[in-house]
Amino acid sequence: MAEAQTKALKTKEKQELMTPAEQTRPGVIFTPNVDIFETESKITILADMPGVIPENLNIDLRDNTLTLMGDISTVESSAEEDVLIEYEIGKYFRQFTLSEVIDQNKIDAQLNDGVLRLTLQKVEKAIPRKIVVKSV
Amino acid sequence: MIYRRVFSNPWRFRNMLEEVDRMRQTMDRWLGDRENAFPTLRAGVFPLVNLTENKDSFFIRAELPGIEKEDLEILATANSVSISGERKIPAEEEGARYHRREREGGNFSRMITLGAEIQPDKVEAGLKNGVLTVTVPKAEIAKPKQIAIK
Repeated sequence: MAEAQTKALKTKEKQELMTPAEQTRPGVIFTPNVDIFETESKITILADMPGVIPENLNIDLRDNTLTLMGDISTVESSAEEDVLIEYEIGKYFRQFTLSEVIDQNKIDAQLNDGVLRLTLQKVEKAIPRKIVVKSV
Repeated sequence: MIYRRVFSNPWRFRNMLEEVDRMRQTMDRWLGDRENAFPTLRAGVFPLVNLTENKDSFFIRAELPGIEKEDLEILATANSVSISGERKIPAEEEGARYHRREREGGNFSRMITLGAEIQPDKVEAGLKNGVLTVTVPKAEIAKPKQIAIK
C-alpha cells in the first residue's frame, strides 16, 4: 500500500460509456472508476465522480442491480473561451449486479470531494441452530 | 470558427495539434470508431487540465477526486502555474477482499505555461466536489484594451 502511494500518477482517460439506446439529452456519459471490496458483513463501493453534487447523484438498488448515476452541470461561464481542453465533462453511469443479498434499510452513501462511498450491509444469514434432543 | 480559434492568436497556434486531436476525437465519437483512434497528443501528465480564458483571467480546471486541499501545492510564477500533490488512497480495514481496484493513488506534478503574463500574487484556487479551479488573473499589460476611435 505504502509503495503504491509514492509512485507517480499516470493520466487516465475517462472511459466513455456506449449506450445501446440514444440519450434524450445530448452529452457524453462516462463510467466512473471504482474500488469494490467486501468484508464478512458488508460490501463497500468507492467511486470517483468529480463534479457531482449530492443532489445530482442517484443511487438505485432493485432486483440485485445497483445503479449509480451522477449528473453534472458545467461550471464554465459562457464568457470563457477554450484554450486547451484535455478532459471532457459528462454524466457518470455504472451498474453492478450484486450476488449477495443486501439489507435495503442499511445502505449508507457519502459523497466527499467527488468520491462516493457506498456501504451495503449484507443480510445476516440464518444462524444454524443446534437442536438438542431430550430423552424423556 | 475553428480557423479563427487556431490562427487568430500566435500563441494558440502551438495548441493547434491539440485542437486537431480534439476535433478528431469528436469525429471518432460521431462515427463510433474508437479503435482506429490515433495516439493522443495530450501532455500525458497527471492531472489532465482544461484551460479557458476570458478578458481578465485564465481558468485552469482539473478533476482531482478524493484529494484534500492539504495535499495540494499550487505555485505561480510570471507566466506559469504548477500543480503538484499526492493522491492518497487510504488503506481499508483488514480482511477486506477486493473485487475491483481501479482508483489509483500516487504523486503528481504538472506545470502549465500560460500564453500571457499573469499576476502570480493574485492567483486563487478552489477545490469543490473534487474539481480544482485555479483562477489566474492576467497582468495588466496582457489584457485587451479598448481603443477609442477619434
